[in-house]
Amino acid sequence: MSFPVDQIRNDFPILKQRVYNKPLVYLDNGATTHKPQVVIDTVRELQEMHNSSVHRGIHFLSDQMTARYEAARERVRSFINAASSGEIIFTSGATGSINTVAFSFGERYVKTGDEIIISEMEHHSNIVPWQMLCERKGAHLRVIPFNEQGELKTDELDSLLNEKTRIVALVHASNSLGTINPVKEVIRMAHARGIPVLLDGAQMIQHGPVDVRELDCDFYLFSAHKVFGPTGSGILYGKESLLDTLPPYQGGGDMVDQVTLEGTTYNTLPFKFEAGTTNFTGAIGLAAAIDYLNNVGINEIVQYEKALIRYTREQLEKIGELTLVGSAQERISVFSFLLANIHPYDAGMILDKMGIAVRTGTHCTQPVMDHFGIPGTIRASLVFYNTREEVDMLIDGIKKCIAMLS
Amino acid sequence: MTNLKDIQQNIVDEFSVFEDWIDRYNYLIELGNELPSIDPRYHTTEYLINGCQSKVWLHADLVDGKMVYQADSDAIIVKGIVALLVKVLNGHTPAEILENELTFIDAIGLSQNLSPTRSNGLLAMVKKMRLYAMAYQARELKNKDHE
Repeated sequence: MSFPVDQIRNDFPILKQRVYNKPLVYLDNGATTHKPQVVIDTVRELQEMHNSSVHRGIHFLSDQMTARYEAARERVRSFINAASSGEIIFTSGATGSINTVAFSFGERYVKTGDEIIISEMEHHSNIVPWQMLCERKGAHLRVIPFNEQGELKTDELDSLLNEKTRIVALVHASNSLGTINPVKEVIRMAHARGIPVLLDGAQMIQHGPVDVRELDCDFYLFSAHKVFGPTGSGILYGKESLLDTLPPYQGGGDMVDQVTLEGTTYNTLPFKFEAGTTNFTGAIGLAAAIDYLNNVGINEIVQYEKALIRYTREQLEKIGELTLVGSAQERISVFSFLLANIHPYDAGMILDKMGIAVRTGTHCTQPVMDHFGIPGTIRASLVFYNTREEVDMLIDGIKKCIAMLS
Repeated sequence: MTNLKDIQQNIVDEFSVFEDWIDRYNYLIELGNELPSIDPRYHTTEYLINGCQSKVWLHADLVDGKMVYQADSDAIIVKGIVALLVKVLNGHTPAEILENELTFIDAIGLSQNLSPTRSNGLLAMVKKMRLYAMAYQARELKNKDHE
């Protein structure tokens, strides 16, 4: 049976919009994805009917909200196949998740002279928190490079791993190159030396199944808004045995067991890492998005996107003036490219006026741009609600840009 | 030299004939291509304006009491916008530049149609141009004091 993309597009009200009196062609899903009606309805219903703080109330509404919040946690657990819901921490987003690990893991395990390994293709949010940790502790950052296709040079990882390495923090799929990294191989290499691995799944979670137990990663994280859920919510998964040893990140309400003015004992997992009133509507909205994805079918999405990737790449490569930045075979539906000598910003402005939303610039991965010696790229990032017709419109837009600008 | 209000109105009139954005951009590209190149001395990081996704270089001199701006950008549409600003402001005294609001930017839809990050770049450009005028005005006043 073919993938019912027309029907799926009907589930996303924003896609019916026209911009500058042209149909919206939204190809900026790497920045944020749109919300299906069911997520919008869930969030509205929570505000209208159920609003009440979780884990605190003795009353009906609070009990109800707490039950739905904890059910959302269970849905996330099952979605990524974590062993227990105590391993699922609700955060403010992928950035919040990485900062939590960089702080808490760093406090517990990193000392002067130690080393943290990241890759050359990390988003700034998986660089800066580690640099801040290194600065605090007098530790050093080591970097796995990538080749001209934008593929990780895993053979160089072996020489980077040593007795001073405390953690490897790696992006699962690159937001600017589109590469899916060989994370299993990296995890195997790191674990052979007893080194834990954090995976940034912000660009992977919306494109395929993630099984944290099969991957055997120690931390996994993503943002709700990039997987068709609400903004301001995210997930940090951590192995219970590891999370248990870490000190909390932020102090506040709900993360405590006993508080006296002399000292405090902390709550158990996952609450130890959820200080203050959490974004419970975001968390429950995320669960609604997960239900939606499961209904569409993760494997069906993967198959549809595979065909879309193939088609998009073929069409892009037909344009002689176009250079792909990142041409890995193992990839998500994210394409970064340059057009002859045209500044990405100029092309982005013209595409915008044609109703085509792309992103231009460094995509928060300046080291990737430095690697290629370019100021930035044009990035088209697609998901399962995008169509071949939209790819064709992008191609027409690109041709128009070339005609106008070169 | 026509006053700043009239020059701005001329630009608004020029833009009003364009039916869609692509035509406006084509015109900006043309203006960008016609902008005289900046003196290589000013094509350095020192003269770069922060706040733009593309690079913009800007320098200004005071010649016979009138401002003479030179600018460049690595993005051609941005260069067109810079060229518009240069076209409007060049040949005016620092006082005139400081007294007049640049209303044409809004009127031709350049600020409302550029997203905040983009128009921040545009605003940064305008701010820098006014700063140059302010600096030259201050220097002139100081020189007068010494005379």
